[in-house]
Amino acid sequence: MTLRNRELAALLTVGALTAIGFATVYIALKSQISGGSLGYAVFFFGLYLVAHIVARLTVPLADPYLLPMAALLTAIGVTEIYRLGPDNAFRQGLWIVIGVAAFGATLFWLHRDYRVLERYKYVFGVTAIFLLLLPWAPGLGETINGSRLWIHFGSLQFQPSELGKIALIVFLAAYFREKREVLAQGRLKDWGPLLVIWGLAMLALFVTNDLGSALLYYGIFVAMLYVATARLSFVAGALGLFLVGAFAVSQGTPHVRDRVANWLSPWSAHKILCPIDGRMHLRQECQSYQQVQSLYSIGHGGFGGTGLGHGIFTGKTGKQVIPDLNTDFIYSALAQELGLVGVAALLLLYMAFVLRGFRIALTATDGFSKLLAAGLSFSFAFQTFVIVGGITRVIPLTGITLPFVSYGGSSVVANFLLVAGLLLISNRANREGAVA
Amino acid sequence: MNKQLRHVSVFALVLLAVLIVATTYWQTWAKADLAARKDNSVSLIERLTVDRGKILAADGTVLANNRKTHKHGLTIYTRHYPQNDLAPQVIGYATDAGTTTGLEQTLDDYLTGANTNLTNTFTQELDKLGGQTVHGDDVVLTLRPDVQRLAQDQLAGRCGAVVVLDAKTGAVVAMASSPTYNANLVNQPHGYTKIGQIRGSCGDASALQNNATLGLYPPGSTFKMVTAAAALDSGAYTPSSPFSDPGYCIEYGQRVSNAGNPDQNGPEAFGNVSLAQGFEHSINSVFCNVGKHIGGLKILDYAKRFGFYSPPPLETPPDTINASGLYKNGKLWSPTSNSQIDSGRLAFGQYNMLATPLQMALVGATIANKGVVPKPYLLQKVVAADGSTVTKTTPQTLGEAIKPQTAAELNQMMQLVVQGGTAASVGFPASLKVAGKTGTAELGLGSVYDAWFVAFAPADNPRYVVAVVVAKQPNGFGASISAPIAKAILEKLLVR
Repeated sequence: MTLRNRELAALLTVGALTAIGFATVYIALKSQISGGSLGYAVFFFGLYLVAHIVARLTVPLADPYLLPMAALLTAIGVTEIYRLGPDNAFRQGLWIVIGVAAFGATLFWLHRDYRVLERYKYVFGVTAIFLLLLPWAPGLGETINGSRLWIHFGSLQFQPSELGKIALIVFLAAYFREKREVLAQGRLKDWGPLLVIWGLAMLALFVTNDLGSALLYYGIFVAMLYVATARLSFVAGALGLFLVGAFAVSQGTPHVRDRVANWLSPWSAHKILCPIDGRMHLRQECQSYQQVQSLYSIGHGGFGGTGLGHGIFTGKTGKQVIPDLNTDFIYSALAQELGLVGVAALLLLYMAFVLRGFRIALTATDGFSKLLAAGLSFSFAFQTFVIVGGITRVIPLTGITLPFVSYGGSSVVANFLLVAGLLLISNRANREGAVA
Repeated sequence: MNKQLRHVSVFALVLLAVLIVATTYWQTWAKADLAARKDNSVSLIERLTVDRGKILAADGTVLANNRKTHKHGLTIYTRHYPQNDLAPQVIGYATDAGTTTGLEQTLDDYLTGANTNLTNTFTQELDKLGGQTVHGDDVVLTLRPDVQRLAQDQLAGRCGAVVVLDAKTGAVVAMASSPTYNANLVNQPHGYTKIGQIRGSCGDASALQNNATLGLYPPGSTFKMVTAAAALDSGAYTPSSPFSDPGYCIEYGQRVSNAGNPDQNGPEAFGNVSLAQGFEHSINSVFCNVGKHIGGLKILDYAKRFGFYSPPPLETPPDTINASGLYKNGKLWSPTSNSQIDSGRLAFGQYNMLATPLQMALVGATIANKGVVPKPYLLQKVVAADGSTVTKTTPQTLGEAIKPQTAAELNQMMQLVVQGGTAASVGFPASLKVAGKTGTAELGLGSVYDAWFVAFAPADNPRYVVAVVVAKQPNGFGASISAPIAKAILEKLLVR
C-alpha cells in the first residue's frame, strides 16, 4: 500500500470513529440537541478528504499517519465541544475549515522547497515577539482570568501567541542552523539575538501575564538550543535564567504568586482574602476553585468514565461548574466522560504523534529541517504537558490550549500549520532517501 | 544532531508519560478522597440526580419521598417528607447540600442504591451507561404512623419521649421525641433557624435531638425494676421477703426519707411489708435496704445485663444513641467497689444513674420477654426498585438478662403496681391486663420532676412495651403525667 493509501485508510477509520462519537453524544442528549447536528461527522470526513487530496497532490511521500492522528484529535475535541455546547462546535467547525485551508495553502506554497523560509528568519523572529505582545496593544487586547492573551476582531476571539509559536520555531531553526557552531564556542556576541529574544519573552510574560505561552516559548527555545549545540551547560544556564526571571516577575505580580500557591496547596484549611469579591474564603472556593473543581471532574470519571454525554458539568442553577471547560480545561471534561481508559489513549495518541514527528527530524538530511521538525514536535509535546500537567497538578497551572482538542480558532489554525510543516519535511526527507 | 534528537524525543515522551501517571493517580488512588470533599460540585449534583429510595412506615405510609424537577437538562430529586413532623428525629433528613442525618444517613447506601447485591450493581452500572436515573432501594420501617402520631400528640408541647417496642421481637413500633419539627423546613431558606427556635415546655431541648435514644434522664423508681431483678435473680430475696418500713432508711448514719419520693402522696410509713409490696407502692426505704444489702456493684452488674453501659444497637447513627449508666462529670462512670457507690440511693434510681427511654423500654421488654433482651430494630426490610426484597431483618436477641422465673415474678409485681399500687389511679381498662412501673425522678430543682412510666400488656402474653418520660414537670408524677400517655397508646394498640 502506498503511503497516501495508508493515510486514506486511516482517515476512513477516523471518520467512522467520529460518526460513533457524535452518535453517542446525540443519543445521550437528544432531549437537548437536534438530530441535524449529526451532519457534522459527515462534514468533517469530507473536510479531511480534501486535506488528504491536497497531501496526495503536493507531498505524496510524506508520513501517512500525522494527518489521520491530527484528524482524530480534532474529532475528539469537536465531539466533546459539541457535547458541552453544540453552538461552539459549529464555530470550531468553521475554524477547522480555516485550519485545513491554511494547511492546504501552506502545502501548495512550500511543497517545492520550504527551505526558502530560512531566508526570512528575522521576519519570523520579529513576528513571534510581535504576536506575543499584540494583546498588549490598546483596544485590541482583552484580559481574561488575569492574563492578557486574547485579541478581538469583531466577535472573533483570537489568541495570537499560538501562531507566534510557529513563527518562533521557524526563526530558531534557521538561526540555530546558521550559528550552531559559533554558539557552541560560547562567544557573547553570537548570543546577542538570543538574549534579546529572552528579554522580550520575559517582558511579554510581565505585561501580558501569559505564563503558559511564556513557558512554552522558553521550553521550545531550550530544547532547540540543546539539539543545535549538544551543550547541557547551556540548557542549565537557560533554565537558571528562566527561574531568576520568573522569580523576579512573581515578586511584582500577585497573579504568578497565586498560581504557585494554588499548585502547592489548592485546599486551605483557613479562610484567606479572596481578591474576586474582597471577602474571606477558603482557597478552594476562590483562587484554586477552577483547579480543584477540575480535579473533582477528573476523579469522578474514574477508570471507565461516565460515558460521552453523561458527565456532570453543570450545577443546579444550570451554570457550568468549571470555567473555560471547553478551552483550557477540556482535558477535565474528557477525563470525566472517557475515564482513565479514554484519556490514557488520548495521551498515547499524543505520544504517537510526537514520535512520528521526531522520526521525521531523524530522517531529515539537513540541519534546518532537523531543527524545524524537532521544534515542531517538541512544542506539540510540551504544550500538552504544560496544560495537562497544570490540570493534574504536576506543575503550576497556566492557561494554554490542548493541541487540536481545545476550543479555539488560533490554536487549531496553528496546529494545522504545524502538521503541514512536518509533512513538508517528511516528504523531502523521504524523497531524498528514495533518490539516495 | 541525531543523538540530541533522541534525547529530546525521549524527554518529550517522558513528559507525556508523567501525565498518564498523574491522571491515573487522580482517577484511581485519589478518587475516593476527591469524591468525599465537601466542595465537590460533581458529587453534590450526582447525589441530587439519584432517585433516592422512599422511606415507608410498616403500613406503607410514605415517610420520605422525592420531588422531581427538570432544570437545565438535569433531573433533580429533592427530598420531601409527606408526614411533615412525624418522627423526624428517627428518620432524619437529606438536604440538597448533601447533609444527611438519622436513618437517611445510616441507610444512605440502600437509599442511593450503592449497597446492594451484585445483580443490582450490574443493572445500575448499565443504567448509568444508558444515562438512566439511578433508583435507590425503598426501606420499610417498623414504625406504625398511627401510634407514632398518637405518641407525639400526647407529648405535644412538653419535653420528653415515648418508645413503643414489640415485646417479642424488639421492633420499634413508635419512637417519639418532643419537641418535634417539620423535616421539610431543612431544605427551605432559614429552615435551620426556624427549627432552632422550637422549644418545648422545658425550654432547653433541641427539636433535632432524639430524646428517646440520646436523652439521659434519672430513671427514678422505674430503676427499681433493675434492683428488684438483681435482688430476686441473685437469690438474695424472694417477692415475699419481709421488710419493716419506718418511713426512712438509714444510710451513712443519716435518714433517707420515703417522703423524698412523691409517688407516695406525702411521708408515709408502711410498716411490715414484703418486697413485692415495696415494689407495688414504690417504697424507697425497702429498696434502699435491698441496695445496701446486695451492694451497688451487683445492681450495676444486672443493669449491664439489661444493656446499660453500652449504647443499645439501633439503626440510627451511633452519635445519636447514648449508653445508660452512672454518669460522673458528664462521662459514663464504672465504679470498681461498693464503697464508691451510694448503693441505697442507686437502688431506687437516684444518685448518678441516668437512662435513656429506649433503655428503660428494653428493661420492660426483657421482663415481658421472660428475661431475654430483644434487639431493638427500626428497619423491617429493604425493597429494590423492581419490587424484589434486598434484605429483611430477622428479630434477634441480646442474650438472657434474668432467669424466666425472675421475669415471671417481676411481671407479677408490675401487675400489682397497676392493680393496687402507684399506678392504680390511672384507670387502665380491666380487659387490658397491664404490668407497669411508675417513676418520679428528683432533679434537685425543687418540685420539678421527670415523670416516667414503663409498662407492657397484655401481662400474660405481652405484645407491646411502652416507656414514657416527660421531663421537668412541676409536681409531675409518673402516675399522673406519663402513665395516661402509656394508657392511650396501649388502648390504641390492644383495645378495639
